[in-house]
This record gives sequence, C-alpha cells and structure tokens, in this order.
Amino acid sequence: MLRKKTFTGGVHPPEFKSEGEKKKVETCPAPKTAIIPVSQHIGAPAQPVVERGDTVKIGDVVAKAGGFVSAPVHATISGKVKKIEKRPHPLGQNVLSVIIENDQADEWNPDIQFDEQYEKQSTAEMIQRISAAGLAGMGGATFPTHVKVKPPDNKKIDTVILNGAECEPFLTADHRLMLEEPERVLKGLQLIMRILGAQTGLIGIENNKPDAVRVMKAKVNELGLPYKVTSLPVKYPQGAEKQLIKALKNRKVPAGGLPMDVGCVVQNVGTAAAVYDAIAYKKPLIERIVSVAGPAIKEPKNLLVRIGTPFAEVLECCGGPTEEMGKLIMGGPMMGLAQYTLDAPVIKGTSGLIAMKETQSFRPPETVCISCAHCVDVCPMGLVPKALGQFVKHERYNDAKSYHILDCIECGSCSYVCPAHINLVHLVKFGKLKVIEQQKKAG
Amino acid sequence: MDKKLVVSSSPHILIKESTPKIMYTVTASLIPAGIGAVYFFGIRALWIMLIGIVSAVITEFVIAKMLKKPVTVTDGSAVLTGLLLSYNVSVQVPLWMPAVGAFFGIAVGKMVFGGLGYNPMNPALLGRAFLLASWPAKMTVFDKAVPQGGTVSGIDMMTSATPLNVYKSSHEILANSSQYSIEKVQQANEALGKLYDSIEGLFWGKIGGCIGETSAALLLLGAAFLMYKRYIGWKIPFFYIGTVAVLSWIFGAPDSYFGGNVLFALFSGGLILGAFYMATDMVTSPVTFRGRIYFGIGCGVITFIIRRYGGYPEGVSYSILLMNLVAPLLDRYTQPKIFGGRKKK
Repeated sequence: MLRKKTFTGGVHPPEFKSEGEKKKVETCPAPKTAIIPVSQHIGAPAQPVVERGDTVKIGDVVAKAGGFVSAPVHATISGKVKKIEKRPHPLGQNVLSVIIENDQADEWNPDIQFDEQYEKQSTAEMIQRISAAGLAGMGGATFPTHVKVKPPDNKKIDTVILNGAECEPFLTADHRLMLEEPERVLKGLQLIMRILGAQTGLIGIENNKPDAVRVMKAKVNELGLPYKVTSLPVKYPQGAEKQLIKALKNRKVPAGGLPMDVGCVVQNVGTAAAVYDAIAYKKPLIERIVSVAGPAIKEPKNLLVRIGTPFAEVLECCGGPTEEMGKLIMGGPMMGLAQYTLDAPVIKGTSGLIAMKETQSFRPPETVCISCAHCVDVCPMGLVPKALGQFVKHERYNDAKSYHILDCIECGSCSYVCPAHINLVHLVKFGKLKVIEQQKKAG
Repeated sequence: MDKKLVVSSSPHILIKESTPKIMYTVTASLIPAGIGAVYFFGIRALWIMLIGIVSAVITEFVIAKMLKKPVTVTDGSAVLTGLLLSYNVSVQVPLWMPAVGAFFGIAVGKMVFGGLGYNPMNPALLGRAFLLASWPAKMTVFDKAVPQGGTVSGIDMMTSATPLNVYKSSHEILANSSQYSIEKVQQANEALGKLYDSIEGLFWGKIGGCIGETSAALLLLGAAFLMYKRYIGWKIPFFYIGTVAVLSWIFGAPDSYFGGNVLFALFSGGLILGAFYMATDMVTSPVTFRGRIYFGIGCGVITFIIRRYGGYPEGVSYSILLMNLVAPLLDRYTQPKIFGGRKKK
C-alpha cells in the first residue's frame, strides 16, 4: 500500500529560498584574525595544545578532544597564535578561543593529501580519521560524528539516512552542496555505511528542491550505487531526525530513545561530504557552507567560510547588512539563535546567518491563550504545548514532566502558529532545564 | 556597529495570526446568516443584533474598567458573543432581552472568571440559557417569527411554532395515539408530513425559529469559510451532527426504530449554528484530537435526549453548556499519544 511519506503535525512557514537557492557557492576570503572556540560541539570542550606565539598551518590541531564525546578543533588559517582567551561565542557565552593572526601565506598542513588507499582502510582507521578531523553534525546540532558512527555493540544499524531536507526557511547551503558536489556527498554516505555495516542508504530531500533530487538521483545512477533518493513533502520540521526516519522508513524512534534504537543513523548531507574529506584527504573540518540571507542582507549568498571567521566579515562579503538590520540569527529562523554581537565567529554548526529587519525583530505582545489548539495540532511529537506552557508558567514542573516535556524537540512549531503570540517553545525549553535540574537533585 | 541587536528566543518568524483576527473573521463569517435573517424577519432582526453586540461590548468595557484590568474589548470576542446571543433569540423578544442576555453572558459567563480565555462556558449560550430560564414565555414565542413566504407547519396547534415544537407535540400525540381522538392523531400525522415536506425550506431558511438559526445554507457557507481558514476544525461539528443524525434515525420515529427523519433533525432548530459556531468555540472546547471527538459525540447525545425525551423542544444550547464543563476533563484524559509511544516507567 502506498504510504504517504510524512509525519503528523508540522507547519508550513514561508520558504524564502528563491534568491539563495540560485546562488552558486562562493568562497568567503579567509579572515584576518580567526577566532577558534574550543567548544563547537555537544560534549566536553577541547583542550588547547598551542601556546601564544606558536606558528600554525591550516589543519593543525589547536585543541585536542576533551573526552570521548568531544572533538578536536583545528587552525583554519596559517599564521601566529596571538592569544588564547575568552571571546563571544554564537551560543551566547564567552568561550575560550584560540585567536590566530593570518600571515596570508595560506599554508596547509602537509599531511592533508589525497590517500589513494582510503577505501581500503579498516573501520577503526576510518573512525579514527573522522575523530581526528573534528567532525560534528553540520546541520546545526553539532553532535560529534565519530560517536554517531560507533554505536554500542548491541545496536545493529541497517539504515543510514542522509538528511537533505533543509526544512528551515532561508537556508540553502545543503541545497547548493547537493547540486554542486553530489559526488562528495554520496561517497561520504558510502563510507558511513561501510563503517556501520549498513545495507540501506536513503537520501531525503524536500520536494521544493526538485533540481537537487534530480542531480542526486542522476549521480546515484552514474556511480551505480544502490541508494534511494526520496522527494519528501515540504513541511517543517521534516529535517528533524525522528520525523525524517518516520517519513522515509516508517519507523518510530521510541520516546526518549535515539535513532540507533530503530537501526538508523541520520547524517546531514554536509556532514557526509565532510566525512569523505576526512577519510580520503585526512582533511579536518576547517570550512563549511553558510547561507547568508534574510531581508536585511544586501546580497544573499551561499559562502564557503573558514571556521573562526567573525560574522561581521561574513556579512561584509555579502555587501554587509542594511541599515535596517535589527536581528542576526545563526541557523534558520525557526530554531536559530539570535546573536548579540557580530564579533562571534562561524563555528562547525553555523548553517546560516539570517539578518532580519528591525521591524521584524520583536515578537508581538503576548495575549491570553484562547485554547485554539493550533499548537496541539502542529506538534510533531504529539505533545500539548498549551498545557506545558501553562505548567511552566505556574512552576508545576512535575505536571510538565508527566505531560512529557522532555520529549519536546524544540522545533518551535507551536510558537510559530500561536495566535496569542505566546512563545511556547521558550517556556518549554526553560521547563526542560528545570525538570532535569529536579531529576538531578532527586538523584 | 553601534546599533544594538535584538536578542530573543526562537522561532524568529511567526504566522500572521492573532486573537482579534480570529474573532473578527468568525464574526464576519456570520454576516451572511445575519443578512438572511434581516431578509426573512425584517429590520427588527438587525436591531436585536446591534443591541446584543453593543450591550456585550459595553459590559466588557465597564467591568474591565471597574476591575482595573487591561481593557481588551477591541479583541472582537465581545462583539462575537453579542452577535451569537442575538442569533439565539426569537425576533419577537422585547428589545431589552438581548441587552440583558449579553450583559449576563459577558458579566457572569466571562468577566467573573477573568475574561477571555478563562471562561469555562460559552458566554453567548450562558446568556441565552439565562434568558430562557428567566423569561421562558417570552423566549419561546415564535408565532410571528415566520419568514416572508415561509411556512411553519400549516396548522394552528400551538402558540409557539418552531418546526421542532410542532415535531415534538405531534410526536407526543402519535406515540400515545390511544389517548387522543382520531382527529388529533390525524392532524399530528399531517403536521409531521408537512414538516418533512418542508425540509427544503428548513435548509434555505423559509421557516420559523431564532434569528440566526433559520438558514442552514447561509450558516454552512460561513462555516465552510472558517474551516478553510482553519479557525474551526471538522471533528466537533462532524461528530456532533453525526451523532444527532444516527440517533435521530434510530430512535426518531414515534412508533418504530430506524425510521427517523434525519434531514429534518439536522436542519431544524439550532443544530447547525450550535455545531459549527458554538460547540467549536476555542476557549470552551477541548484541545486534544480525541477530546474533540468525545466532545462532539457528547453534545450530540445530550441534544438528542433533550429533543426527544426532555421538557424542551430544543437541546443544542444546554448540551453544549454541559459539555463545556467537562471539556477540561476530556483534555486531561485524552492526552495525545506522544511520538514513539509512552515511556516505560
């Protein structure tokens, strides 16, 4: 029987992709000074291994992984380490960062070269290369990739899913990557599948990118690979891991579980391309594609940006923000983080920089909930956001917990549709922290 | 750059919706039925509507001022309440009645609880229930509430003459036919026959009744628009009307099962108005998927029981008011199944 490839709930925000999706990826000039935070991933921060005055080449490790769930960070320009100090970070706090002054020599670490034997490497070596390259999920969640490709022995992975949904408005980085470098993406998928011993490879792309679907399908055929490219209905959050698995594989990740519980691993298309680079070239993650867009950007572009480039320089490369800019978002407008300074740098998870006009930057004042139930209808996780919001407002965290507040994926669909302009997902995020705090206290 | 950037929590884009937009859209969707009412009943219907609206708005404004609460009377909910209340009275009621009803609905049904969003019951229906309980005789006079060119029943059996009234008394006679004279029984049979012949009239509105409930066609037009805008869902009206239809079919005939006239049951009285515009009131209906289904079924069962066995000819308003009170409980016990099933404790 034909099953509609989708999930329940979700919203249809305007896409705003028409300008960006036609723009070829350009290279943003390397920064004069790169700011490389030691924490660009979920997990323990990396530990600096360079000192002030050291000379570094592109690809040199400047901070080593701080544990298993951690990732090293690398120099993304060649030059001198000027300082190691706390600097503004896109996540809002000041974070220890290695500051490198560019000597403009653009000198690469000599180890970064094509390895003709790369396909013959052992699984352990491949994982080692991914780990050494400091890969972290490039869709924005920045979970260290080497952890994801090494599930516990009792979890058998049969399916690897590449996430090309790119369901956030404005973002076009993954779209351009699939159009321009489908081979890198597919080879990355091939390697991930080999590491995991998975048989099925699926690529999910929202059907507002028919050209990407076409290009990827053609490339799959050309390379004679057994992968299936699926065009998915446009619906936010199609690119959320659990929703994507449901749509493509009709498997439901159990509540509180991970994709590996249903035999799946999901990787962003950008991460897959980076996996290929890491294994075939031993190339660390030093640059990424960033969609620069939004109504307050002079010229929207897709830029290949060195990690550590301050936002100000990235915006400058697109003609700069217009006078009207009131808000800069890292990531998409649905889940992205508003920035307080343009001094913060591009990190591994920076999928986009969206500049909004000042007039679009404020939420309208909150009014009373009229129980319209729109939030309940759109919640892709089957929660009752209205009730969660009320529980959190009244500090009833036990009730919030029994209403499954911890299962929220923070997609923001509820806040998006609320006619009373209640920022439900914000309340839920706050409530989650409180619930986790209480759980820790209780032991 | 010296300008400060705005920092706020995601999401950074919003759908273009607001409470006033919803309220005024629902109000607008009722306008066709209002125009229909003026056409059928004359200009007096318009005065009743205006009095209801003005009274509701003034009541909310004054009470908010008295309680020193923010005045949100412009959000359109009071306008909607006033209009819905006036749709629920006969065109023959004295002009002070819609004013009193709207006052009661807003004051006791809404402001006492803290205003919009906190009212447990539909304020318009509460206002109507108050009027019906206080001045039953005035509220049930419909003899002149006959549309131009329309017909009520063709026979002069009673003073109050909505189709449901005729239906109920005829039914009474037929069910206990041994106690009545043969002429009476014959009359009742004729009356029912005429009623069932007049279903087309019921649908288009050429039939007596409350101001807003006569023309099913015009109400459905507005409701279709609201559904398209997603301001009302399909579940409550579908299960409400569906339940009434099924029960009326099974138990609706006086002397046998499975012989009731379904179309008559659907298009007479306030069912269409109630199912699409009152039971779907966002504040007082459940928010969960299953909750809305049970809510609709509950409304349908109570409506049918009142119509068929109760003391009143019509049960729409009481059924919705009763179900309003259990809506929070329904929400509580019908939490949706979360994605991936429930966690094992």
